[in-house]
Formats: sequence, C-alpha cells, structure tokens
Amino acid sequence: MELGAGLPTGAGGGEGKSDNGIAGDDAVLASGPMLVLDHVTKSFGAVHALSDGSIRLYAGEAHGLVGENGAGKSTLVKILAGVHQPDSGLVILDGKELSLHGPAGAAAAGIAVIYQEPTLFPDLSVAENIFIGRQPVRSWKRINWTGMNEVVRGVLDRLGVHMNVTTLARGLSVADQQIVEIAKALSFNARVIVMDEPTAALSNAEVERLFEVIATLRAQGAAVLFISHRLADVFSTCQRVTVMRDGRFVMSDTIGNLTVEGIIRAMIGRDVSSLFPKTVDDPGAEVLRVEHLTREGVFTDISFHVRAGEIVALAGLMGAGRSEVARAIFGIDGRDAGRVVINGATIPAGSPTASMAAGMGFVPEDRRQQGLVMDLAIDHNIALASLGRLSRGAIIHRSAETALAADWSTRLRLKYGRLKDPANTLSGGNQQKAVLAKWLARRPSLLIVDEPTRGIDVGTKAEVHRLLDEIAHQGVAVLMISSELPEVLGMADRVLVLRGGRIAADFPRHEADEASIMRAATGQLRQNAAAGQ
Amino acid sequence: MMVPITDRATQPAPWRRLATVLFRAREVSILLVVLAVFGLTTAYNTSFADLLSVQQLLVGASVMMILAVGETMVIITRNVDLSVGSVLGLSAYVIGDLFAHFPNLPVILGFLAGVGVGLLCGVVNGAIVVLARVPSLVVTLGTLYVIRGVDAIFVNGVQINPSSIPDSFLGIGYETVLDVPWMFVIASVLVVIVGYIMRTFRPARDLYAIGSDPQAALLAGVPVRRRVFFTFVVSGAIAGLAGGLWLANFATVSSVAGLGYELLVVAAVVVGGVAIFGGSGTVVGAALGAILLNTINQALVATRISAFWDEALAGALLITAIAFDRYVFLRRERALRVRLAHGLS
Repeated sequence: MELGAGLPTGAGGGEGKSDNGIAGDDAVLASGPMLVLDHVTKSFGAVHALSDGSIRLYAGEAHGLVGENGAGKSTLVKILAGVHQPDSGLVILDGKELSLHGPAGAAAAGIAVIYQEPTLFPDLSVAENIFIGRQPVRSWKRINWTGMNEVVRGVLDRLGVHMNVTTLARGLSVADQQIVEIAKALSFNARVIVMDEPTAALSNAEVERLFEVIATLRAQGAAVLFISHRLADVFSTCQRVTVMRDGRFVMSDTIGNLTVEGIIRAMIGRDVSSLFPKTVDDPGAEVLRVEHLTREGVFTDISFHVRAGEIVALAGLMGAGRSEVARAIFGIDGRDAGRVVINGATIPAGSPTASMAAGMGFVPEDRRQQGLVMDLAIDHNIALASLGRLSRGAIIHRSAETALAADWSTRLRLKYGRLKDPANTLSGGNQQKAVLAKWLARRPSLLIVDEPTRGIDVGTKAEVHRLLDEIAHQGVAVLMISSELPEVLGMADRVLVLRGGRIAADFPRHEADEASIMRAATGQLRQNAAAGQ
Repeated sequence: MMVPITDRATQPAPWRRLATVLFRAREVSILLVVLAVFGLTTAYNTSFADLLSVQQLLVGASVMMILAVGETMVIITRNVDLSVGSVLGLSAYVIGDLFAHFPNLPVILGFLAGVGVGLLCGVVNGAIVVLARVPSLVVTLGTLYVIRGVDAIFVNGVQINPSSIPDSFLGIGYETVLDVPWMFVIASVLVVIVGYIMRTFRPARDLYAIGSDPQAALLAGVPVRRRVFFTFVVSGAIAGLAGGLWLANFATVSSVAGLGYELLVVAAVVVGGVAIFGGSGTVVGAALGAILLNTINQALVATRISAFWDEALAGALLITAIAFDRYVFLRRERALRVRLAHGLS
C-alpha cells in the first residue's frame, strides 16, 4: 500500500456544514455537480442509519465513497436506488430536486446501482436480464428477440467485452455478472452508476477489466460512485473521495490531497495501523502435511505442510483453486488422489467429521451461508461446533453452553446486544468473530480461514489479524486463504501461490512481496514456479 | 414464433446444435417416453391403438392438460395453486346447476359462468397471497378445503343429472372434428396460445424473472405483486374452464368432482420440466407431462395391471424427473468447472 507521508490528510471538514468541505480545482468541477445529496437522513425506528448523507458527484468522475461497516453507505446507496425514501434532505440531479419512488423511478432518473453480489435472474439469458420488463417489441407488443440480442451485443461492444448474449446467467462468474449489470445500466442511459463493493469478489485481472470499463464510462460522461473497503482500488480508479462515519458525512477531497492513512483516520476517527503484522516465532512441530492432493479438473498434485505457530497463506488469482484445496483438505469436497496428514495421522477423504475429530477447524469464505446459522442465537452458534463436549448423552448442558459462548465472545471482544439475539443482528465483522469463536472454542490444532476479512471494516479487520496472530502464538497452525495481498504479506510466515490448480511458488516471509507473488500467480516467471516446487 | 438466434460466431455445426436441443429440451424426451409407453402397451394389447381407444386417451388427458397450463404459470413464479381441483369441482357444479334452472342457456354462457367462478376463486387466492403475504402453499391449501366446503353446501347431496344438461354442451365431451376429440382440440389450442404468450410478451417474461429471483425482480422494477395476483386469477379462470370441460365429459357432477386433482397437476407440471422452485419450464412441457401421466394410467388398464400401480408409477416418475434434472444440473456444473480450470491453466 503506497503511503504519501507528509501530504495534507484533508481530515478537516466539519460535520454537517453547508459547504461540505469539498475542495478541488479539476476541470470537471467547473460545470457544477451532476448529482447532489444534501443532508439526507433516514431512520429505521429508533436507529438513525443516516443522519447526514451528503455527497456531490460530477460528470466524468469516479468518486470513492468509503467508511466502516455501519457508516451509512448502504443506506445512502439504497436511497439512490429508490429502495428507501429519505426522511429529510434533498436529492438533486442536474439542478432539479428528485424524489425517487421505487427502483423503477431511480432507473428512469438515470441512476443505476451495481451491487456486490449482482442480482441477475439465473434462468434468463444475458440479453433478457438486461432488458427484463422493457424488452424491445414489434407489432402487437411482441418481444423482438433478434433486435434485443443485437442491442445487447452493441452495448457489450461499447464496453469492450465479449460475451454470448443468449447464454443463461446461471454459471456466469461474479465478474461477468457485474459486466452484465453495467451493460444494463448503460442500456438505461444511466449517467450515475453506483458500484457497491464491486472488486471484493474479483481476481486482479477482472479488477483491471472493471477499471477499464469505469474509464470508458467516465469518458462517456457518466459519474461513477465507487464504494469499497479496498483503499488501493479507490486510489487506482477514483478522482475524488468522500468519507462517512456513523451515518454522517466526514469529508470529501480530491485524491491528490489524500493519503491512505488520512482516509483511514477519517473513517475511524482515531489512529490505527490498518494491518497487524504477525509476530515472528520459531514454528513448532509439523501439524498438517498435504501430499500430492488432486481433484480432477480443479487442482493437481498439491503438496505442502504447516507447522505449529505458523501462518501459511494460499495466494493466487480467483479460480486458481485456493478455496477448493482448503475444502478438500477439510473433507467438504472429495479428492481423486493424495493424502492429508494431521499430527501424524492420515485423515480419511471426504469426512469433515473425521477432520474435526483430528483437530481441524474451518472458517469458510461465506460466513452468512456457511459459517453461521443466521436465525439461531449467538451463543448457540458459538457452541455449535463444541456440542459433543457440552453434552451428557444426548442432552446439551445449557449453562455450559452459555458459559462457553460468554467466555469466547469476551476473549474475541465480540460486540453484541444479547447472546440470545439471532446471529443476523451482528455486524459483518462481528459475525466473522463469532465464526472464529465457534472454532476456537474447540481448541483446534489446525485452523483453516478462507478470506477472513472480506467485507469487514478496517477496525474489525485489525482485530481479526491480531486474533490470528494470537492463535498462532499459542501454537495453532493456521492455513489462510486471502485475495488481499497486503493481508497475505502482513500475516503469512510462508506464502504458497496457486495458479491453474497447481502450486506455482512457495515463498518464505522475507522473499514474498507483491511483485513476486503476482508474477507467480499470473505465470509470468517460470523460474519462480520451478524454484517453488 | 421468434426464437433467439445464438451468437453466430460461437455456433457449433447445425446437426450438433439439433442434437443438443433434442437432448436438452424436456418436451422431446417426454414425447419419446409417451410414444414408448404407447408402443409397448400396443405390443401387449393391440386394441390400445384403436381409434376409439386413442380418442379416449386424448379426452382423458384434456382436463389435466388445461389445469397444467394454469398451474405452470403459477409454479413459474415460485408459487403453487393447490385449489385447482376444488375450483374445478365448484365450477362444474355451478354450470350444471345453471343448466338445470335455465335449460335454454347458450353453451358459451355456461362456460363463461364456469370461468367466472374460477376467476373469483383466483381473485381470493391471489389477494390473500399478495396482500397478506402468506405463502401460496398455505393459502391455496386453505382455499382447497374452503372451496370444496362451499361446493358441498351448494350440492347438498343433489347430483346434477345428464338429462338436465343440453346435448349441445355434452357434445363437446364426445364429438370429434376430423377424428380428433373437441376436448383435446380445445386443450391443445389453449396450450399453444398460452405457450406463445409465455414466450412472446413482456408481462409473461416477468413471471420467469419473479420465479428466478423474487428479490431481484423487485429491484428490476417488475411489478411482482400485480403479476403474481394476475397469475392466480388466470390459474383460477383456467380451472373454471376445466370445470366446464369436466362436466361436458362426465355429464354428471357431485361434490367430489376433481377431488385430488391438484397434486396430479403439480406432478404433471414437474414431470413436464417446470422447475418446482420457479423460473423455468414451458406450458407445452407441462401439457406433455399431463399426457404422459394419463397414458400410463390408461396403459395400466389396457394391460390389466392393478390400478394401485398407477399412483405408485406417477410418484416414481415424479422422483425420476426431479432426480434427472438434478443429475443434468450437477453434470453441467462439473463440465463448467473443468472448462474453467482448463481455461486458466
């Protein structure tokens, strides 16, 4: 992460001042803002989700919107999308006040929202996804399928993307689904395009393609509101940045006047190191050994080991097979060849139960679907993996369950209302902590964490990193999968780079840097791959 | 009918495309199974292929085909209408009762009355589902019993007799045009028309979007509640029409007309390739599913196999159909996986 030390941080900008603290002398600003949100508020019951939503978007700019989880970004997006109506404040487009009633109203006004997980219809074709409800028609209002497909091909051409427009959306990668959503926005002649965490699930190549598409959109005079936790992405693609905290506008400035540290300070209102570097220990005995693991068509001949107190990162591009290797080690997916050994004992294939019994824990990538039972109480969720220890016969010992949950939520500094509240009341970062608590309560000897900080705000992220370091320090072997290079570089004792389902490189901590990992992941340097095997 | 033209650049050879279409299209495979059952049964009992026997086969399938049309629309939106059997019964009785009181009533008015009764039931179903936001499974399970109860009160133990129904109406039940029974002609015309509509008009495409992802449909500005409401109204109206044809076919009606049809219809629709969780499937496929279930039923009679096997076979077929879909889905996932892996290495 590049830090421009010494530059003004732009952390000024009083809350709720009429001037909004916007600075900048770009030519784009001369024409006046295209879209203005002025002191927009929104409450849900007693909760003030947004107490001062203010932002100015200019034609031809990509504007970063950053803030911790709960800063009010999502509410602001939903107001722009027409999903929520503001309680007070103004939404002004081209100098005219707007009231957006429903998603159709927002679309008609030229505002399009691309969500992190695109909301395509899996059973409809790419073209029909773009034109649902407004398909071009011929006489008698019959849908003109040929014409529709032609138009969509034209739009995709304008974006410089090749895609078969008649394939069903089911089976498209997340990146392709986003492209479809952007094409949809273009077909609406949208001039304000809001992207909510678009890069979170993309590989680096896909992020590059997205940035090119954003540049195309800007060149065509659109304003892009780019919401992201990845500040590096904000710095790569945005011209101006607005920071929000606790439902309020904090500051807004051109990117040249900002530093990563300044933005982070404005986001959290205090100083924090965004990355917790792992303390280096001498690793202990070998805990996990993987030998020649192969799953046909997914990954081939994977061999490595993890020792006690060591954090080994699996890096690589999206689709390189990182999560798949982890799933096969834990036994969620089967394997076609190879062996997994924990503390000297071979683990049978395809049995998570056996893996857990052998001391393995697995924190999955998708905590909402795979990590937690969202409707179940927090304490039950935390105790879920330890029920064997908390039961006498078939009867679960309730007080022991509660005690265990209380103990671990204190240790992990979990922020919750009551332990009896359902898990979906927790914020994203605290959900991740709850999943960690669930597995740590089993006192595992090996913990596999898949994207441990995806979609988590900066503050909680640092805490998760501190936790992982602590776990390793206590002698647990940690296998971490991460798409964020700073996280990999900060946390890992060793970095394994996967490419096309094979181990392309194996770097010890002091040899790993962004350039070498990216070279190995993209296959640009063959000798690295040879050295790694 | 317009069919989307696939990207010319990526088109495989024409014969391969045809093979893929034949393999993928559920309609074709069901038709083959129907023909196979027909052929095997005829080999055992040649009278199965007699003109009269085939006509009886088609008449027997017609009512179920019509019900399948409405049910398909509902299931595509990720809902279900379990009240169709009861609606059919009520509609049949109301039409019969009308003719008993007004013997000179034009045939078309009788049908319209039946459609009207069904429409009203559909309005009730749709309104509760959409306004009270109760799952349609629960709502229509309730109206299944309520409508059957209302029917029983009307009927009050008095059956409608063939003598009180005009011959011109009953003729629809047995007369033919070019040897094809009118019942089957009506059912087929309805299937073709609705099939075309489902492919060609925006509101019909909205139904697929709703079933595919209701939340996304809302975000895309699809008027989800209006469409779902309308779908239940259409399903009710179609069940009312089916009640008229049922009466024309059986010429007598008591309070048990159409009892248990709802599950047979759902089975036919699912066997016909309509996804039970909505989003995909065609009316033609569902109608073929209805024909298949009826053909098996008649084949068992013709081969003098116990009628017990009828329902067991229908159930087995249902499970086979769903398992087959799942198998194809998993195979495609795996193919995609391998392709992706090769693309990246």
